[in-house]
Amino acid sequence: MTHVLTGAETEAGARHLPGLSDRDPRLRIVLAVAFAITVVSLSDLRVLVVALACAGCLVPLSGLPVGLTLRRMLAMDGFVIAMLLLLPFSVPGTPLFSVWGLTASREGLVHAVEIGLTANAAVLALLTLVGGMEPVTVGHALHALKVPERLVHLMMFTIRYVDVLRDETQRLRVAMKVRGFRPGTNWHTYRSYGYLVGMLLVRSVERSERILAAMKCRGFSGRLVLLEQPRMRAGDWVFAALAASVMLALLAANVWLVHDPA
Amino acid sequence: MTLLELRDIHFAYPGGATVLEGATLSVEPGQRVAVTGPNGAGKSTLLKLAVGLVQPAKGTVRAFGSVRTCEADFVEVRRRAGLVFQDPDDQLFSPTVAEDVAFGPLNLGRTRDEALAIVDDVLGRLELGHLRTRVTHRLSGGEKRLVTLACVLAMEPDMLLLDEPTNALDTANRARLIEILQGLDQAIVLVSHDDGLQQAVAPDRLVLEEGRLRAL
Repeated sequence: MTHVLTGAETEAGARHLPGLSDRDPRLRIVLAVAFAITVVSLSDLRVLVVALACAGCLVPLSGLPVGLTLRRMLAMDGFVIAMLLLLPFSVPGTPLFSVWGLTASREGLVHAVEIGLTANAAVLALLTLVGGMEPVTVGHALHALKVPERLVHLMMFTIRYVDVLRDETQRLRVAMKVRGFRPGTNWHTYRSYGYLVGMLLVRSVERSERILAAMKCRGFSGRLVLLEQPRMRAGDWVFAALAASVMLALLAANVWLVHDPA
Repeated sequence: MTLLELRDIHFAYPGGATVLEGATLSVEPGQRVAVTGPNGAGKSTLLKLAVGLVQPAKGTVRAFGSVRTCEADFVEVRRRAGLVFQDPDDQLFSPTVAEDVAFGPLNLGRTRDEALAIVDDVLGRLELGHLRTRVTHRLSGGEKRLVTLACVLAMEPDMLLLDEPTNALDTANRARLIEILQGLDQAIVLVSHDDGLQQAVAPDRLVLEEGRLRAL
């Protein structure tokens, strides 16, 4: 998630793209969520493959570097791979093959493929629709979508200060290094890292107090007012209609194929 | 009318040594005062006391014609006396420059459009218009400093309280800041070790030593 918070890579990618970046950020978030719900409710493998392909179509539209997007998707796969590999062996059903005396079932394999496709389609859509946005834009869009103000502020402050904290960590680490600190498996290392984390906490608390003071000096009274208001334009409605029909088509195809497998 | 009058201020941080012992300072409209003194003498504390971020143990803070004691009293003071913090990162908390500059005016009850007009006006006056949509944490140190000044000027204060404004600025940005400060008509209390800055901006110099202010 760090790339979402720091936006280090997203800005470069977001700058020169003509397609998705023009769409209303609120719409992109809503569509990403709607698409995820759609994919989760699909069960036919053929329809899931089409859904994944649809998500794949968004990659060139988003203007994000293809390699980077796929790498991020693979990072998510790393989390589920163990489950996907074990599923054929843990679900009972028609035996398919066996490894070291363990029998894989056909049903389990189908399950694993289904979950794999679902997860990848949903994550790919999320990465392309939301991943290319400036984190600040995400914050504004969430606010416009009536996400609780506190959560939005929490996110905005995190975005703003995560870099400051990282720099502070780096400075402390460099300061440790130039005095000959080399991490190892010993008490000295644990204690020193403890000091590092403790110092970061103390500094963060002090900084937050200074920030609050600075905000008070400018008349802060507990409510943040956001400047920009996103607006739905004609292109957004067209894109929304297009996306909605694709999702409905996927759902319809799924229902049709499940009831009439021939 | 005297803008700000700190009289016989005593102050100690909880659990720390006493910083101020009978400090007295007064600022007239348009007056420019520089405060120097050794590290830890309480110069920044003096500015915080003026806008009520900390309360004196003894002594009175008079600002814009009345004595200020409680938090509610200081709301008006904070609008009319703009404090520029030592570390710009403490002050710039909004994601973009425009939002940060608009933060003060919006808090003062201006509408979105009025706030945006103020943003354009202030950034234009400081020739910072090109930074309008920039993300605050990706500004350079010099840009951050100038933007914090813009944020404070957007509240149209009667006086500025500057805490080491040239800290970590390069020569070009320092010259820029001096030029901007010389062009302003607000009263200024300048806390700084920078001799050149003091001479250029605030020729009236006070030194804070052993908890008291005296003319240099």
